[in-house]
Amino acid sequence: MTRIEVRGLTKRYGADVVVDDLSFSVEPGQVTGFLGPNGAGKSTTMKMIIGLAAPTRGTVTVGGRRYQDLAVPLTEVGALLDASAVHGARTAYDHLLALAVSNGLSRRRVDEVLVRTGLEGVAGRRAGGFSLGMRQRLGIAATLLGDPDVLIFDEPVNGLDPEGIRWIRDFMRSLAAEGRAVLVSSHLMSEMAQTADHLVVIGRGRLIADMGMAELMHANGDGTVLVRAGEPLAHHLTAAGGTVRDGLEGGLVVSGLSGEEIGKLAAYHGVALSELTPQRASLEDAFMELTKESVEYQGAAV
Amino acid sequence: MNTLHAEWIKLRSLRSTWYTVACLFVLGLGITGLSMSGAGTEYRGGTDADRAAWDPTSQSLKTFIVAQLIVGVLGILVVTSEFATGLMQTTLAATPQRHRLLAAKAIVATGVAAVAGQVLMFVSFFIGQALLAGQDVPYAHLGDPGVLKAVVGGGLYLSAIALLAVGLGAILRATAGALATLVGIVFLVPALAGLFPDWLQVIFDFWPTLGAAAIFGTVPDESFPHPWLNLGGLWLGVAAVLTAAFVVFRRRDV
Repeated sequence: MTRIEVRGLTKRYGADVVVDDLSFSVEPGQVTGFLGPNGAGKSTTMKMIIGLAAPTRGTVTVGGRRYQDLAVPLTEVGALLDASAVHGARTAYDHLLALAVSNGLSRRRVDEVLVRTGLEGVAGRRAGGFSLGMRQRLGIAATLLGDPDVLIFDEPVNGLDPEGIRWIRDFMRSLAAEGRAVLVSSHLMSEMAQTADHLVVIGRGRLIADMGMAELMHANGDGTVLVRAGEPLAHHLTAAGGTVRDGLEGGLVVSGLSGEEIGKLAAYHGVALSELTPQRASLEDAFMELTKESVEYQGAAV
Repeated sequence: MNTLHAEWIKLRSLRSTWYTVACLFVLGLGITGLSMSGAGTEYRGGTDADRAAWDPTSQSLKTFIVAQLIVGVLGILVVTSEFATGLMQTTLAATPQRHRLLAAKAIVATGVAAVAGQVLMFVSFFIGQALLAGQDVPYAHLGDPGVLKAVVGGGLYLSAIALLAVGLGAILRATAGALATLVGIVFLVPALAGLFPDWLQVIFDFWPTLGAAAIFGTVPDESFPHPWLNLGGLWLGVAAVLTAAFVVFRRRDV
């Protein structure tokens, strides 16, 4: 399977070091979230992955080869860096056709990706009249033309409405489920929490964290679960190795047990649960904690 | 071949391409009509020397002055429209071989300009001669000495300008900057040529609108005895600009 390998990647623009000795890998079969505050170097890193910008030092390979050496790049990597980067006077179909032809792909692929992204009804319309959500779909359709094993998306949900966000999110998940390596950047931890399996966090161009989502929650979130039950449950939870303290309005805050374990325990003891909620709010805090040293400009507390 | 085909799809799928070509013919032939309308009076009112230098072919091809700007716009837009929209990123991700991409753009743009420009030259010649015949002044036939050379050379001249424009677009990456530079080259520098020092005057023998335009004449011009040489010089200059374009297009981040 194809993976992206970033090794010691560095990019300088004059005196500014935008990406600083960055190393990480993007593995197949999962969504890797590429997270960092604005200006952290995410887009520059992505440009270097697909050969649009030359690294000052270090290497990036896709499936062991430099991007420039890929004979038919669209069949190996699909990248969407900027959904608005289409010629507004060209139709969606012609836009995709030109890209397909440039890589020797058939017209049939154009029809297929139009269907998969739900654009078949507007294929003959000019892209300039598209909403942001439709342009986003068009951009994604372009990435799928060559049925690549690696997909790269830069801030794909920026500016979308809730329906569009959900569509993209589900789409990323399904691409990873098909065994592809998916790299998605965002500056929103909450977004990543719902999409990514693995996180690469950078700040000021440097690697801050490279770990699984679950691992991050354990390491930085408090990893608690909020439980509400009609009958006493606390002593069962304690007996199973959990630590229980009282939460608000009769709820129990449990640590040391996963939601799944608590659910099974309750079922075993015949206790009906009215709520079982892993506490994910702490992820945002974990991210703020991780990146607070590296945000470009900080507002003072009001 | 795939790259070339893809660039052709991109060019033909934009209405602006065909508006530009339409504009080339409407404006180009309009100017031919205008410049011919007064030709009869001019000929009759001229001195013997004027009549000896009377060149109906060159008269009918004067439209190249405006046509070169329009084919230039075509060449510039093939490159700069992709920078303006950000599409260049997508294009280069699909075709990371940058030399191949720029070559395909140059071939497609120059090809369209060559065909359209050549057709314009022929049509302009025939319409121009018909208008002269109507005013009962000497006019040329395609078979007359030097006429075919002027008409075909005119097509090659316009192709060179389109290729130059592709190079300027790749170097400057912005439509406005590239267009201003092209206008400077084909109009401004010729207008100010007299101000340049003597040692620089030699380049004007090959400059657009100046020496390189000697190809449009059929009456021998003693300052340019070998018009093909002047046109060849223009092509060499264009090749130099294009070489620079290839170098920077490969090196720069997008």
